[in-house]
Amino acid sequence: MGPLFPQELISETINLLLAFFIGTGFGLALEGAGFTNTRKLAGVFYGYDFVVLKVFFTAALTAAIGLFLMNSYGLMDIKLTFYPQTFWIPTVVAGIIMALGFVVGGFCPGTSVCAAATGKIDGIVFVGGVLIGVLGYAFSYETVFEKLSLGQVNIAEWIGISNGLFIFIVTMVAVVAFVVVTKIQKALNDKNPVAEIENLGL
Amino acid sequence: MEEKSKQNHYWNPYLAGFVIGLMMIAAYYFSGEGLGGSGAFKSVAIAGVDAVAHNYAKDAAYFAPSVQEGAESPLNSWLIFEVLGVIAGAVISAAYFNRLSFNVGKSPKITNKTRLIAAVFGGILWGVGSQLGRGCTSGLIMSGMAVNALSGYIGLIAVFGGGYAFAYFVRKLWI
Repeated sequence: MGPLFPQELISETINLLLAFFIGTGFGLALEGAGFTNTRKLAGVFYGYDFVVLKVFFTAALTAAIGLFLMNSYGLMDIKLTFYPQTFWIPTVVAGIIMALGFVVGGFCPGTSVCAAATGKIDGIVFVGGVLIGVLGYAFSYETVFEKLSLGQVNIAEWIGISNGLFIFIVTMVAVVAFVVVTKIQKALNDKNPVAEIENLGL
Repeated sequence: MEEKSKQNHYWNPYLAGFVIGLMMIAAYYFSGEGLGGSGAFKSVAIAGVDAVAHNYAKDAAYFAPSVQEGAESPLNSWLIFEVLGVIAGAVISAAYFNRLSFNVGKSPKITNKTRLIAAVFGGILWGVGSQLGRGCTSGLIMSGMAVNALSGYIGLIAVFGGGYAFAYFVRKLWI
């Protein structure tokens, strides 16, 4: 039963090797989807390219459905995994900082690594910026977290419904969103296309 | 012409999302970890500071837990190996699609200089935000949503909601 490494069912060497191969699959899909192209990423905020929304929700929900089923069938115990703790205020503040970073910088850390590795100069300087930001934060770090932690909070339990129902609702919302954004993107690009739209491979 | 059209060819977004979802499931099943992006930056920053100023690092709150005597190097971690894989995967894919070249990605309406200044500034914001929020789009939001963690949904609303709120003010960078 999973997760394997936390229960010492695989060795640390195998675990790190798996990390590399899992990362390789992640990188192939990120580059393949066009996430090294900053214009394709920023498009989600201006409506000319919704690839981010489609890839992101499909990935999150594929994982949520898969892990929910594996947990339900006793194939793995989600409680034994890295299960993120919830910090209300730091996460909201951090999210707003990252939001500004997203629309200004045109990447997030994972996509910037892909962009930098494949020669995008804007990706390389973004990676440098992230390191500066991490260091800046590190040098001014204080232990604010312990006081503000809500512990490990499951959103379905927090709302008061089952995990399965919650995932079903989010999946339905996502499917509707996929249809709606595809229509928005088409209408917008037919009427008032961005410059050099042919480079976006839409 | 053939080469050019391949450069602008991308995967179906739902297929790419499905593959990333499967990688996420594998990460949780085998290693009990979510996929991450910013965690590797943290490890690199810690290892770098430890290398040049060990005496500072071992007493400073942010660095100390990772750099005590006898502890494993912060570079010998799951997230570092995962990001090395991400780099390998991205390079393989870019080579296949003829996208492996040095250039600046940007809207044709702005200069390279403007784009690069914006990219550094955006990166700095992500660096600060990802440490305060304990993760980025991958580690906080996507990995959180994968296990129905409240933190992932808070991050989702803050990052994407905030993005739409700010987008109008920086639209000249993109459209």
